[in-house]
Amino acid sequence: MSQFAINLLFVGASFALYIGIAIWARAGSTKDFYVAGGGVHPITNGMATAADWMSAASFISMAGLLASGGYANSTFLMGWTGGYVILAMLLAPYLRKFGKFTVPDFIGDRFYSNTARLVAVICLIVASVTYVIGQMTGAGVAFSRFLEVPNTAGIWIAAAIVFLYAVFGGMKGITYTQVAQYVVLIIAYTIPAVFIAMQLTGNPIPMFGMFSTHTESGLPLLQKLDEVVNALGFRDYTADVDNKLNMVLFTLSLMVGTAGLPHVIIRFFTVPRVADARWSAGWALVFIALLYLTAPAVGSMARLNLATTIYPEMAGQVEDYDAAAEEALIYEERPGWIRTWEETGLINFEDKNNDGRIQIYNDSNEEYAEIAESRGWEGNELTVNNDILVLANPEIANLPGWVIGLIAAGGIAAALSTAAGLLLAISSAISHDLIKTMINPKITEKGEMLAARISMAGAILVATYLGLNPPGFAAQTVALAFGIAGASLFPALMMGIFSKKMNNSGAVAGMLAGLACTLLYIFTYLGWLFIPGTNMLENTPDNWLFGISPLSFGAVGAMINFTVAFLVCKVTNEPPQEIQDLVESVRYPKGAGVAVDH
Amino acid sequence: MADDKSNAAEYWKANVRTIIGCLAVWAFVSYGCAILFRPLLASIPVGGTDLGFWFAQQGSILTFIALIFFYAWKMNKLDEKFGLGE
Repeated sequence: MSQFAINLLFVGASFALYIGIAIWARAGSTKDFYVAGGGVHPITNGMATAADWMSAASFISMAGLLASGGYANSTFLMGWTGGYVILAMLLAPYLRKFGKFTVPDFIGDRFYSNTARLVAVICLIVASVTYVIGQMTGAGVAFSRFLEVPNTAGIWIAAAIVFLYAVFGGMKGITYTQVAQYVVLIIAYTIPAVFIAMQLTGNPIPMFGMFSTHTESGLPLLQKLDEVVNALGFRDYTADVDNKLNMVLFTLSLMVGTAGLPHVIIRFFTVPRVADARWSAGWALVFIALLYLTAPAVGSMARLNLATTIYPEMAGQVEDYDAAAEEALIYEERPGWIRTWEETGLINFEDKNNDGRIQIYNDSNEEYAEIAESRGWEGNELTVNNDILVLANPEIANLPGWVIGLIAAGGIAAALSTAAGLLLAISSAISHDLIKTMINPKITEKGEMLAARISMAGAILVATYLGLNPPGFAAQTVALAFGIAGASLFPALMMGIFSKKMNNSGAVAGMLAGLACTLLYIFTYLGWLFIPGTNMLENTPDNWLFGISPLSFGAVGAMINFTVAFLVCKVTNEPPQEIQDLVESVRYPKGAGVAVDH
Repeated sequence: MADDKSNAAEYWKANVRTIIGCLAVWAFVSYGCAILFRPLLASIPVGGTDLGFWFAQQGSILTFIALIFFYAWKMNKLDEKFGLGE
C-alpha cells in the first residue's frame, strides 16, 4: 500500500467518524446549538476544551518553535497553559452561574448597555476571525502535504468539512466531535515522541527522557544538545534570556489572551453546575498538558536528531568537535525524509561551497565566522522550516507508514476542531447578540438558528477567502488574536465579576482604550492592517518601546484597559442597584440551573 | 436575612483569599522560578541543566494543574460549609 493510500485511509476514516458523530448529536434547539443542552460531563467538556484550544499552532508549530528557540520560547508553554489558572479562578465559574449563552451576553447585561454589547461583539469577531484564518491555512498545508493536492484544494476541502459538522451539529455536534478529535490528535502526537525518546535515551516517556541520559554519548541529553549547537555557532539551547521584561510580558499576554478568547470561555457554559465548571478547567489543562509536556521533549530531541543527521560524527562521545564538523553529511547520501520534504519546498539545500556536503550552522554569528571560514564553509546550506518538525518526526525516526498517516489525521484534527469552535463563537455573537438581542428580539427559535447557520457559513467563506490569499502574517495573526482578546474582553469580564461598582461607561472606555492601544502598537511595527511597507517603525528590538515586542503588548493593553476603566468609573454614576445585585448573585453557585434561554 | 448576607460576604472573602493565595503560587513558579529568579536557581542541577529551565518547560505546567484542582476542591468545601452549593 502506498503512503498516499495510507494517509487517505487515516484521514478519511477520521472524517467519517467526525461526521457520523455530528449527525448522531445534531442540534434540535438553540440551547443544543449554543451550549449543547447544558448537560456535558466535566471530563468530556475538559477533553473537548483541550481539542478546541489546541490548534494547528500547538500541534504543528510549537515543538518547532521550542527546537529553534530553546529556553527563550518556553513562553509559549507557560503562556498557553497558565491562562487556564486565571480562567478557572477568575472567570469560568461565575460566567457559568450567570447562565447565558455568549460572552457579549454577559458584558451587555452586566454593563446594562447595548454599546458595551456591541463593542464586545466587535472584539470577539475580530479576535476569532483572525485566529480562524490561521487554522484554515494550517489545515490547507496539512491536506496538501498528505493528500498530495494543491494548497488551494486543501483549504477548500477543510472548509467543506468544517461547514458540514459545525453548521449542522452546533455546539452539541462540536463537543462530541472534539472529543474524538482530541483522542486522534493526542495519539498522533505521542506515538512518534515515545519512539524517538526510546531511540535517544532508552526512556519511553518523552517528558522524562528529555532530562535523562543520551544513550549514544553518555551525557545528559540537554548538556549534549548544548555542546552540539554551541559547536555550530548557535546559542546554547538552555541559554538564559537578557530581556526578561519582554519575556514576562509575552507570557502574561498569552495567559490573559487564553482567558479572554471567547471560544474557550463558551465551553464552560455547557456543563451542568458551577462546581463542574471549576473541575472542567482542571481536566482541560490535564488533557492539554499531555501534549504540552511532550512538546519540549519533541523539540529538543528533534533539534539533536537534525544536527547529528547532518554531522553523524557528533552523535557519540566527541573529543574534538572541529574534526566532527569536517565530516558533514554528503548530499547524495541524505536520508529519505530530507528528499520528501525538499519536494514541498519546506527544506532547501544550496551547496554554497560546492563540496557536495551539507553544512548547517549559524552564519549570522560574527564570532563564529572565522571558524567557519577556516573550514572552507561559505554559509548555512540547509534551511529547514520549523513547522515541518512534528509532521516529519515519524519519518526522521524511521517509523512505519501508518504513523505518518496518523500524524496527518492528527494535524488536521487540531486545525479543524479549533476552527469549528471559533466559528461557533462568531455565529452565536452575530445571531444571538447582534440579531436576537439588538435588532429583532421577536425572532423565532427557528429563525435564530437559521441566522446562526447563515452567519457561520458566511464566516467560513470569509476565513477561506483570507486563507487562500493569506496576507502573509500567520504568527502575527495569532498574536493579534491573543492581544485583542486579552486587552479587551478579559479585563471587562473580570471587572464585571470582581467590581460591583464598575459601570457601563468605565467598561466601554476600558475596552476601547485597550483595543485601540494594542492595535496601534502592533500596526506601528507590523504595518496598518498588516499591509507590508506601511509600518512606521522597523520591527527590531532597538525600536521597541522599553524593549517590549508587539507580540507582548497584549498585557500592557490589558493594564491600560483596567486603568482607564477605573478612572472613568470614578467620575461617572454608580451602576443601578439591580446590577449590583446581579453581580452579587453570580458570585454564589446556589441556584445556577442550566444555561437559560431568554 | 441579615445572617444570609453576612454569610455570603464571608464566603466571598474566603473565595478571594483562596484566589490570591493560588495566584501568588501561579506567579511565583512561572514569572518567578522560570524567568526572573532563574539565575538564582542556576546552581541546582536538573538533568543536564538547571532548575529554572525545568520550571519553564515542565514544572510550571504541573503546578498549574495542581492549583486548579486544589481550587476546585477548596471551593467545593466552602460551598458546603456556607451552604451556598447547588
